[in-house]
Amino acid sequence: MTPAAPPPRVALFVTCLVDLIRPRIGFAAIRALEAAGCTVVVPAGQTCCGQPALNSGARAEATAIAKRTIALLEGHDAIVVPSGSCAATIRVQYPELFEHDPAWLARAEAVAARTYEIMAYLDEVRGWRPDTALDATATYHDSCSGLRELGIKAQPRRLLNHVAGLSLIPLKGAETCCGFGGTFCVKYPAISNAIATEKAAAIDTSGADLLLAGDLGCLMNMAGKLHRDGSAVRAFHAIEVIAGMGGGPAIGEET
Amino acid sequence: MSAAFSKRVDAALADPILKIAVERTAGTAEAKRAAAIDAFAQFEDARTRAAAIKDHVVAHLGFYLEQFEAAATAAGAHVHYARTADEACAIVIDICKAAGARTVARSKSMMGEEIGLPHALAEAGIVRVETDLAEHIIQLADERPSHIVWPAMHKTSAQVSALFKQHHALPHSEETIPAMAESARRHLREGMLGADVGISGANFLIADSGAVCTVTNEGNAELSLVPPRVHIVTAGIEKLVPSMGHAVQMLRLLARSATGATLTQYTTFYTGPKRAADPDGPDAMHIVLIDNGRSAMRDDGLAEMLRCIRCGACMNHCVVFRQIGGHAYGGTYPGPMGAVLTPALDGLAASRDLPNACTLNGKCQEVCPVKIPLPTLLRGWREKSWREGLEPATMRQGIAAWAWVAQRPRLYRLAVRAAIFAMRRFGRGWITALPLAGGWTAHRDLPAPDAESFMRRYARGER
Repeated sequence: MTPAAPPPRVALFVTCLVDLIRPRIGFAAIRALEAAGCTVVVPAGQTCCGQPALNSGARAEATAIAKRTIALLEGHDAIVVPSGSCAATIRVQYPELFEHDPAWLARAEAVAARTYEIMAYLDEVRGWRPDTALDATATYHDSCSGLRELGIKAQPRRLLNHVAGLSLIPLKGAETCCGFGGTFCVKYPAISNAIATEKAAAIDTSGADLLLAGDLGCLMNMAGKLHRDGSAVRAFHAIEVIAGMGGGPAIGEET
Repeated sequence: MSAAFSKRVDAALADPILKIAVERTAGTAEAKRAAAIDAFAQFEDARTRAAAIKDHVVAHLGFYLEQFEAAATAAGAHVHYARTADEACAIVIDICKAAGARTVARSKSMMGEEIGLPHALAEAGIVRVETDLAEHIIQLADERPSHIVWPAMHKTSAQVSALFKQHHALPHSEETIPAMAESARRHLREGMLGADVGISGANFLIADSGAVCTVTNEGNAELSLVPPRVHIVTAGIEKLVPSMGHAVQMLRLLARSATGATLTQYTTFYTGPKRAADPDGPDAMHIVLIDNGRSAMRDDGLAEMLRCIRCGACMNHCVVFRQIGGHAYGGTYPGPMGAVLTPALDGLAASRDLPNACTLNGKCQEVCPVKIPLPTLLRGWREKSWREGLEPATMRQGIAAWAWVAQRPRLYRLAVRAAIFAMRRFGRGWITALPLAGGWTAHRDLPAPDAESFMRRYARGER
């Protein structure tokens, strides 16, 4: 990042879950992106990336949603998403949807190439470091799509290590799926619960005050299980802590 | 979820012994594999090469089948082709009958399970001795394998001890594992040495020499296949590799991925029956090359699945398998690879739950030694299930309605407002029960939405 370069115009795609359940994550994303020298725009027509349809096998529905999302996100320097899973849908799955449609494939690939998970964007593309603080002990869960489809592992930890006062402790089985899996958790609740039970136990015994991750879906699953089991561990999206919003209400705390 | 799958899953989740047994074996395998891969610097190159070898063979199956048949025939073996499971069983039973066989010794083979050979042998009145220790255990328990490498991984040593006490002629006084192994050894040796026919699968078929390769850690294949008069091999056509050198490249990945060992204790290549100068070996060798849906898989976009070398790493690392074990999958093959194979073998209508009961977390693909894109293939089955109308009507209508709204932003915003309003009536902070979300709230609380959506607050100028 050279000081003379004009600020990049970044489109924030907030994801349907953040829009519906936890707007704070969207505002934390804006705060962090602006601190990193970006001009943030939030395209008004955005809805959901289409992942539920895609993973349910509804290819025609997923393709229709992908087309309008691509049209909406074209023309920005970067598209930033506070979710590894939704970012992976745009980056990895969209081009696969159009493998037999050359015109749309080119557009899908152009958008895919500029789409980033937010912490990967701040760390790798902007080379930015936060100057925020939070006195807490936290552990980090590596959500599967971000980890395996986008290679997100070191980036959030590098950013979190710059949050003054925050100590990160390892989570046993941090790379093991929490059992959310999008529609999986409602289609196969008993299996999902068995997986989530083990994940919650690992988090609860980690010794951390806070659970952090990069995907609200996984966080809702883990935090919901922790709360049902009576655990005192509080959950935040990592970008909230990075943006200096870790002192506010955690997921599930009344607002 | 189908009633049958639901019943199997519930039974598995309610079985604390199953959980302990699966966790112990899969957990050990996971740790040992990780150590073996760490110590294998060329692992990534080896994976890439192995995937390329299998892709090449699958793309040129006709050529390699002919080459293998010619070489195996020249070595004195008889080569048979079977299109279906039933044809394969019929060929095996005919060979047994022609040989006047009353007993057969079987060396562990998933292909035998796939074609239903145990059942066919029983129908033909032929006594079957399973010589792999784990297969022996499940034969005594009258069950099917629950894992492709450890067929009895779901059983604890106490359960095995009880089975041996009940079935072995020689009672064992001590319930230690060495005592049980000794008891099984005595029992199985009799069966192996007295068998008329030995039946095995194949880990690899070597096209240029006509050799059949088996790997075991117990030596039971050698003892089952050398003493009997006749050796019958049942093998899928995708087991071909061009040469011994290629087989060795695959072997380097197979054992490490399965058990974390560098190589299995026994790796044997059988080329034809006993020759004039040989001191031992069968008088006749028959090789049954089985399609059973494999050509169709290749033509239906599942060619990558034919790379599979049956190591079991995908299931050992699968969060779903680790919770429900192998029997819950209901087919011959469990875990992620089973969730791809079973719809191809048994039909999608009967098994559409398997590709759906997966979180798509990608761990299986990460550990697969031949880089099979299992999540992509599972998503492919979901698409087919959707296209063919097999998904439940509620799911279809729900996704269709949501997708329609998701393409109309103004309607979508209204729907979000309505959802927030509705959800907040059931709780602020945490929601403990929510209509239509019972699958979620049965097991965990749901964070209630804030009073207003992000998009609404942002549009109002909030930052």
